[in-house]
Amino acid sequence: MDLLAILSNSVRGAFGPEAAIYALAAIGLNIHFGYTGLLNFGQVGFMLVGAYGTAVPVVAWGWPLWAGVLVGVLCAVLLALLLGFPTLRLRGDYLAIATIAAAEVLRYLYRSSWAEPLTGGVFGLKQFAGGFYAFNPYSGPLDLGWLTFSPRALWVMTVGWGAAFLAAGLVALLIHSPWGRVLRSVREDEQAARSLGKNVFAYKMQSLVLGGVMGALAGALIGINSQALNPDSFMPIITFYLWTIMILGGASRVLAPIVGSVVFWFLLTFLDSALRQAIGTGLVPASVLVASDIGAVRFAAVGLGLMLLMMFRPAGLMGDQKELRLDVR
Amino acid sequence: MLARLVGLLAALTIALSWGAVAVAAPGAGPVTGAGDTAPVTTASMLPLQQTEAPDDAEETQQPEEPAELLRGTLRGPDRQPLSGLTITVTRDGEEVGSTVTDDQGQWEVGLPGPGTYAVGYDPAELPEGVVPREEGGEQLQGVVVRPGAAQGVIFQLAGDGEGEGVPGGGSGAGAAGPTLLSKVAQLLVEGIKFGAIIAITSVGLSLVFGTTRLINFAHGEFVTIGAVVAFFASTGGPLPLVLGAVVAIAFAAALAGGLELSVWRPMRRRSTGLIQMFIVAIGLSLVLRHLVLVVFGSRRRQYDEFTLQPAWDLGLVRITPRDLVITVLAFLVMVLVAVMLQRTRTGKAMRAVNDNQDLARASGIDVERVVMVVWLVGGGLAGLGGVLYGLTQAIYPEMGFTLLLLMFAGVILGGIGSAYGAMIGSLAIGVISQLSTLWFPASLQFMWALLAMILVLLFRPQGILGRRERIG
Amino acid sequence: MSADQATPREEPEDLVHQRAELVEEEARLQHEAPSEGASRAARALADVAAEPGVPKPDPILVVEDLTRSFGGVKAVQVDHVEVQRGTITAVIGPNGAGKSTFFNLVTGFDRPDSGRWRFDGADITGRPAYRIAGSGMVRTFQLTKALMRLTTLENVMLGATGQRGERLLTAPLRFLWRGQEDQVRQRADALLERFRLTHMRDEFAGTMSGGQRKLLEMARALMVRPSLVMLDEPMAGVNPALTQSLLGHIQGLRDEGTTVVLVEHDMDVIMAISDWIVVMAEGRVIAEGRPDDIRRNKAVIDAYLGTRRELKEDDGEH
Ligand SMILES: Nc1ncnc2c1ncn2[C@@H]1O[C@H](COP(=O)(O)OP(=O)(O)OP(=O)(O)O)[C@@H](O)[C@H]1O
Ligand SMILES: [Mg+2]
Repeated sequence: MDLLAILSNSVRGAFGPEAAIYALAAIGLNIHFGYTGLLNFGQVGFMLVGAYGTAVPVVAWGWPLWAGVLVGVLCAVLLALLLGFPTLRLRGDYLAIATIAAAEVLRYLYRSSWAEPLTGGVFGLKQFAGGFYAFNPYSGPLDLGWLTFSPRALWVMTVGWGAAFLAAGLVALLIHSPWGRVLRSVREDEQAARSLGKNVFAYKMQSLVLGGVMGALAGALIGINSQALNPDSFMPIITFYLWTIMILGGASRVLAPIVGSVVFWFLLTFLDSALRQAIGTGLVPASVLVASDIGAVRFAAVGLGLMLLMMFRPAGLMGDQKELRLDVR
Repeated sequence: MLARLVGLLAALTIALSWGAVAVAAPGAGPVTGAGDTAPVTTASMLPLQQTEAPDDAEETQQPEEPAELLRGTLRGPDRQPLSGLTITVTRDGEEVGSTVTDDQGQWEVGLPGPGTYAVGYDPAELPEGVVPREEGGEQLQGVVVRPGAAQGVIFQLAGDGEGEGVPGGGSGAGAAGPTLLSKVAQLLVEGIKFGAIIAITSVGLSLVFGTTRLINFAHGEFVTIGAVVAFFASTGGPLPLVLGAVVAIAFAAALAGGLELSVWRPMRRRSTGLIQMFIVAIGLSLVLRHLVLVVFGSRRRQYDEFTLQPAWDLGLVRITPRDLVITVLAFLVMVLVAVMLQRTRTGKAMRAVNDNQDLARASGIDVERVVMVVWLVGGGLAGLGGVLYGLTQAIYPEMGFTLLLLMFAGVILGGIGSAYGAMIGSLAIGVISQLSTLWFPASLQFMWALLAMILVLLFRPQGILGRRERIG
Repeated sequence: MSADQATPREEPEDLVHQRAELVEEEARLQHEAPSEGASRAARALADVAAEPGVPKPDPILVVEDLTRSFGGVKAVQVDHVEVQRGTITAVIGPNGAGKSTFFNLVTGFDRPDSGRWRFDGADITGRPAYRIAGSGMVRTFQLTKALMRLTTLENVMLGATGQRGERLLTAPLRFLWRGQEDQVRQRADALLERFRLTHMRDEFAGTMSGGQRKLLEMARALMVRPSLVMLDEPMAGVNPALTQSLLGHIQGLRDEGTTVVLVEHDMDVIMAISDWIVVMAEGRVIAEGRPDDIRRNKAVIDAYLGTRRELKEDDGEH
């Protein structure tokens, strides 16, 4: 086993573009669940509309990429409004089911033959982010000897992490304002907030829109990073990744999604490379696992991690156990 | 704390250890004692690239040796992939392999070597309104495969009526093209069958919610596991499918009960929050689903019994004996559940706990025991539903999750917390999703079901049979 | 849930006595030297007949034909009831009489099957709860709703209305609302002081005891600066010494011109501080009147007071 290779892979995973993108989407989710108590299990739907909103105008109408990103954000706002109006009045668990269903509805829709002229249906869209890479300021790779990042990855990482930290900064400002106080009171007890004259519905909607826009930006970055989009890469499991990241970091902590994402991707890539090596070197015999099973094992590990976290350390890495014990719901 | 962890791991190893056995089986070639055709089918299935590997391209790399194979993508006239069709490859009249198209319409069959093959599908499996473009186009003869080649095969399909000169060919025995009435009737039959299957799986979901307030996100996995256990017991093992189904029901029930003991009961004891339990259920569903994926592979497979049955023509509708039996069986199970809830002590206790847990406890009902029975019944029914769904469609690791969303739709449509509501809602969901194909692409049929659920949430959140939500 | 309600019954005997003494003291003081607000209220209600549904000279809340049933149970069936401005009006009645449901309905937390109601002259039938609260009718809950993972101070500050920083667009721009926030904090601190919660200021509200939560909820409601405050059993679970100062606060509110409607089961408290009493049973208003009228009302004694030993002795009737 080549431990150094595994470690360097894991570090790459921990700070690579995916980690940044997932951190950004998880910050949005943290606004929803961590601060407002909304059980949004359809965050991937926001990412989907953000990604396609960005790509479609570029591919179909030849718009510049930045205009595409704007369209993606608007799509997310629209989705939040459409989704929020019927569901935000419902009890929390209904919201969970409605959002996960809505995200699936969107995926079915985007891959259908109806949408094919715009979205490319099951074939997806490719090569639309040239406008982004044209501005790449990095000319050479970052080479630390045991770890290299291509200029392309560096550029996505810069923008991705930059966006994530900006978003976290915005959340910090918002949460420590009276607006954030109302948001947190909605999380604790809607009726109490209502009895003090707060328009709970409006606050939930604002939260849904704001977090959804962050999801959409993350979606746009997914498209930009891979230069290829396919509706089927926006499966519900992405939302579960985000939940794991948020809870791993510690829900309702400003920096938790960032820390959570780094740790999550480190562990995930570590597991992945270690397994790959173990299988490659015959340490794990082929009768037990083959390389094509690694993806499945990885998902199972995420599930197990989510379960154990929730059962034994629901406050995550940064959360306050004392605070969590007060959560009697 | 430690004990709980051990319990949890034990529950998971049930699945794992059974998995390890099963992994060895198909890899080791023909299973001893099995019939002579079944293992060939199983063994010849090469791992296709995973259809879901959402976030990285690495997953798609295939480490397999170069071998001859036939592959293709089946698309309807509307360019929509056609999934769940059985593709059979023969050489000199002997079957060398078969497979089922996945949800991208893709299929792939490994071959014993280069040569000339015939490939075909069963036109009866085509969706309503789709026929081979040319008469007899469902069978392609003389497909030449060179050494090491992956030969592509294209089946041409046309919409019913637009095909050039297909006098009565392919679309069924009826001499005249199907009228709207008979189309609707046919889809209703399909919808009721599908809805009945959803109904028996969703009863457990609804009962578990009613008695414990847990939204069991892992309920779909009982469905998958039921289907898969039956597959390994019958198609991949010694039993006839009927007995395999019994084993599957027992296994799913035992798994549900084991999880109640090792995960849910301890969490309730600690009065864990409902949201927390819900998230644990999501984690559990991920674990179970992907263990199945490791064990079973990502391919869609089918039981080797009751396939390719000729349909009975009942005038307005056509139905295979298999589907008729499945529908009747599912309704029978629903009636049994209703009788149990109305007549038996346990059933009455279930309803009492459902209505008011504290009151039930105070009036001497052993709530924990009732909850346990609910899990066993719900898990077993889900397992049975999995076998039935596997029979009518295909067996694949995502099947439970796909069905889960439809179950939610059914439960919410019918009224959350009401077992009867769950049944009625599920039937409605089945019919909606089938009827939608009358006007819309078949690949969107689940979308309409989910949209129906969202609409219900909008206008009547308590569902058809539910009570108005209590406030304050 | 039920823990909150259970607390008063578990009070040790001597505490109950202590409380009774304090309340008596309060009543005596009242009798000897009624506060300005009390005498104003007494004057205003002087000519009002003691019968259910009677009109008041200056009603702040008027309720008509209000009904709400749960399944077969008619929880509320109020034909007509008015609340006089600037008074302490008590709503009493046996358990399950529909008092809390009545509160829920008029404050918009539950939807009635029928009925209309006016607040401060404006028809507010069917308005959402937050707008009713915003227009000056604020309620507390029988089962307290502390915002657990907010500090005590934050709980109270939340009550302030018209906060500029509560808008999404201005929230990130601290300089726009910092001054107002300081004022709100000062007011909240003063309220905490008044309700003896200052030592809990920076603790999570979730760590509070049941009685402390009652106090917190009242402080939070007052932070809204309501013109009508509806208190659902504000004294349940609060210790005797504090009960008296709570009574003082409630009277103080009335004297400042706030109308108070409160539900309370402790008859001594009711008789000591209320200007007007509305008696409910099985969803209906069965009697209305000044404390003295109620004490003598046959229907009330049958339905409710008859079970109270002290009152029977007091009146020597029955
Ligand atoms: N959400 C609800 N669902 C069903 N029935 C309800 C509900 N809320 C109240 N009820 C019923 O309405 C009636 C009135 O209840 P309410 O809580 O208003 O009584 P109350 O006068 O406040 O009693 P208490 O003095 O015990 O607080 C009771 O019979 C109760 O069972
Ligand atoms: Mg009450």
